[in-house]
Amino acid sequence: MNPITPIINGLRITLEHLFKKPVTLQYPAERPKVAQRFRGLHALNVSHDKAKCVACYLCPTVCPAKCITVEAGEDANHDKYAARYEIDLLRCIFCGYCVEACPVDAVKMTGEFELANYHRSDFVYDKERLLEKK
Amino acid sequence: MGIEILGLPMMYYVAMVAKVLVAFVFVLLTVAYATYAERKIIGHMQVRLGPMRTGWHGLLQPIADGVKLFFKEEIIPSEASTFAYLLAPLVALIPAFITFAVIPFGGVIEVSGYKIPLQIAGYFDTAAGRVFDINVGVLYILAMSSLGVYGIVLAGWASNSKYSLMGGLRASAQMISYELSAGLAIVSVFMLSGTLSLNEIVAQQSASNGFNWFAFKQPLAAIMFFICSLAEINRTPFDLPEAETELVSGFCTEYSSMKYAMFFMAEYANMVTVCALTTTLFLGGWNGPMAVAVPLLGPVYFVAKVYILMFVCMWIRATLPRYRYDQLMHLGWKVLLPLSLLNIVATGIIGYFTN
Repeated sequence: MNPITPIINGLRITLEHLFKKPVTLQYPAERPKVAQRFRGLHALNVSHDKAKCVACYLCPTVCPAKCITVEAGEDANHDKYAARYEIDLLRCIFCGYCVEACPVDAVKMTGEFELANYHRSDFVYDKERLLEKK
Repeated sequence: MGIEILGLPMMYYVAMVAKVLVAFVFVLLTVAYATYAERKIIGHMQVRLGPMRTGWHGLLQPIADGVKLFFKEEIIPSEASTFAYLLAPLVALIPAFITFAVIPFGGVIEVSGYKIPLQIAGYFDTAAGRVFDINVGVLYILAMSSLGVYGIVLAGWASNSKYSLMGGLRASAQMISYELSAGLAIVSVFMLSGTLSLNEIVAQQSASNGFNWFAFKQPLAAIMFFICSLAEINRTPFDLPEAETELVSGFCTEYSSMKYAMFFMAEYANMVTVCALTTTLFLGGWNGPMAVAVPLLGPVYFVAKVYILMFVCMWIRATLPRYRYDQLMHLGWKVLLPLSLLNIVATGIIGYFTN
């Protein structure tokens, strides 16, 4: 095989790229637009000033990474609600099964993708931190 | 005429020091900004931006890198041979700079009645009316540039690390196989020019508007010399001594902070030298339109040619993937070496029948 022409072709291609407009996003200054269906940080939907979650345990059951902890409680109206709802993001694989499984549309996934933290404990998101911000 | 020291006018020494300073600063600045240019050029070739943060379009990046490297923690591996470990970056760096001593970067300029050739190891003899320089200039460069590999081998051995040792050994094996072909490629230039003095080689390429360049008379030798030089200074695609995929980062695995930076200063300084040498030997050196009439244009042409060649180095780096070690050896011993020998024979035959 002739070894010279592929090299020359390669050089031509890289030289052409030199004159193309860069596609770089200047990240912290320019924000990326994430897709509608992007699976970022979870959020608990709120309805009538409290979380919609009814602590049915479907999401921890379906979760393949076993990262969701739910504990049910009973409120003044004898309704079941999630007294504790925690997601361990260090285990979460962002598959979105919890959203699919939820019968009352209480959990959703947001476009939030900046999930870095300094301590391992900060990756465990409790109910307060998961509540939908409005 | 003025004060004389050892039979030479004072001005000779002043000019010498000035030339050394200019060349040193030129190489240092080029090295600093070559790192920036490389990141920028390769960035754009990969349709991204490259450094943008420090200064306008990242122009202060080399300074930021320097500051960072100066303040990084010095690590000397336990069980390393400390003396050799600390010596190695110097051994790599110094030859990279001293090779510049014999490269003519301009014609003869006149300062207050003294004629000064723009070549560090050059001296204009008024009585003889011509420039004298080291008449084995090319041999000097070949000798010095091959010394740089000692630094790499030393670094590899002294680091007390298998990766580094392998990197150092690869560097030496690679250097030997490519130094041969590079030397043989230059031989064809000697056969045409009949001299080893770089100044004389440049002078012979001055006539008839560039078509006297040895690159036109010896295209094969020019290309082979450039390829071999890339391999000798461990530039991609021949950067096997570092080869981070196999050897972490080869000979410099155990090096940090400024000692690490010195290896890369050496690498880039070597790149400048190799490009300068290719310019001198094959691309007419500092020659160009009006260069003889306006002596200050000489360095401009020279620097322009060197920078174009450096761009080519970076362009090649952006294009070609790293060679496998056996491919590298195959190219060196089975392709370039026979080709350069054939080129010498052909040059000899043609020279015999034309003269």
